Amino acid sequence: MTAVDLHAEGLRRDAFRERLALFGLCSPALTLIMVILVIPVGWLFYVSFIGADGQFSLENYDRMLTSKSYARIFRTTFEVSLLTTAICILIGYPLAYFLSQMPSRIANLCLITVLLPFWTSLLVRTYAWLVLLQKKGLVNSWAIDLGLWDEPIKIVHNMTGTLIGMVHIMLPFLVLPLYGSMKAIDRDYLRAASNLGASPVRNFWTVFFPLSAPGLFAGSLIVFVLCLGFYVTPAVLGGGKVILVSMKIASNIELFVNWGAASALGVVLLVLTMLILWGAARFLKLEQLTGGGHQ
Amino acid sequence: MKRWLDSPASETQITQRQRLWLYVIATLIMLFLVAPTLIVIPMSFSESIYLEFPPRQWSTRWYENYFNSTEWVSATVTSLTAAFLTMLVATPLGVAAAYGLHTSQMRAGKLVFILLITPMMVPLILIAIGAFYAYVKLKVLYTMLGLVLAHTVLALPLVLIVTASALKSYDMNQEMAARSLGAPRWRAFLTITLPQIRFAVITAALLSFLSSFDEVVVAMFISGGDNSTLTRNMFNALRDQIDPTIASISTIMIVITSLLMTLAQLFGRART
Repeated sequence: MTAVDLHAEGLRRDAFRERLALFGLCSPALTLIMVILVIPVGWLFYVSFIGADGQFSLENYDRMLTSKSYARIFRTTFEVSLLTTAICILIGYPLAYFLSQMPSRIANLCLITVLLPFWTSLLVRTYAWLVLLQKKGLVNSWAIDLGLWDEPIKIVHNMTGTLIGMVHIMLPFLVLPLYGSMKAIDRDYLRAASNLGASPVRNFWTVFFPLSAPGLFAGSLIVFVLCLGFYVTPAVLGGGKVILVSMKIASNIELFVNWGAASALGVVLLVLTMLILWGAARFLKLEQLTGGGHQ
Repeated sequence: MKRWLDSPASETQITQRQRLWLYVIATLIMLFLVAPTLIVIPMSFSESIYLEFPPRQWSTRWYENYFNSTEWVSATVTSLTAAFLTMLVATPLGVAAAYGLHTSQMRAGKLVFILLITPMMVPLILIAIGAFYAYVKLKVLYTMLGLVLAHTVLALPLVLIVTASALKSYDMNQEMAARSLGAPRWRAFLTITLPQIRFAVITAALLSFLSSFDEVVVAMFISGGDNSTLTRNMFNALRDQIDPTIASISTIMIVITSLLMTLAQLFGRART
């Protein structure tokens, strides 16, 4: 080894040491997340395998498979999540399409209508729906005035109210990434298709829609995953009739102090969420899932 | 008007007239998005216990109710304090992590990034009961310290993502120049880099304030007693009955959020 080589070696080592020190800047944030999130969740994982007698057992998971009420809770959770996602796609796609077609000044103005609810407290929005949908609420009285129905009907404290509220909360999570991906579509493709004789409808379905599909997929996924673990809105607007996994977890702790049962449900919820996100990450870039909702 | 209707609306040959349905649908959806929240504001000034709209009699009784209740006022103070402290803790921690990840370029960086954004991916209810358990052991349940630390964990991914994306478009050679002129690394960061990413940092700070102020699920489990947050009390009140006082609190929360968002927008605009 020559002196030059030794020198280069030393420099490399110094550079590595500096990078290591810089890497250390992550440690306060990392420590906090470890202590408050990762370790406690790991403990919950452990507790989920402990039975009532304090021994290792699968009874907490067994209960989910055999008990009818647990099966119903999982079915409701999937139903609510799927329906919410479907309705969000149905009304979110036209809105995002509209925004992407407008000149940017108008689009930015209209975008405020998506961002305003996005940043308004979800509790406030849930409360607003509770007031609007109640028996003597605005929706009922306007519908009766317009002759849509004759007597006040029950649209809150049930599935309908839950879905209305959830769609309202989730819609921005779908529209924002979708709008982003639509904006990024190169308009020359559309021109080319038109030039080659495609009708506007055909142009939309064969060119525009496939190009917007990744954004639609990312947005729907975010909505679905958020719905799976959602708590506040269904708890308030469901009125105890729509019981989701998250609500069962809470009542297992608050009412029954049954950590095993709550943990097992939590583990299932976490594994489901992670599987979906992991599956999605294979198709999409991570940034699309995490950065899509903000800005 | 007729000319506009028959003019082409996009790259395809479709005319505005053929697309009127799209404009109608989009307007209805936008109304659906904003109307419910905005309608709460006039309703909160209604005299009636049923919160009429439009109110037949205007009154500020629900606001008086709110300001005269020590419980609501102290919960508001708790929420604002927690949000402010969360902002003070989460912003530097998140910015440091983003800077560390960006400059070190370690292979483990990707893994650490994913770990740092887990609070965004793990269902909130699970974080809530996990923190609840940990806080019983650590004896910080129902304390301001515990609340701020939990909210910091939730805010860290926001700060990290916003700062990291700003660093991505920032030219690190500027910091190199400062260092080659003899500035130590921390000084180069504080005087060269930080001022240039300040809009992202301010946005991140506002977001962490807001995320703490609005947070419900975790606060429900780990805040309580004298340190009950506003959202926790609101949620409990909503489960029992529709208390019109909440309309006035909602209005106040909408005003606070709008103010912060306007601030964030102003800083965001300055960046582009």
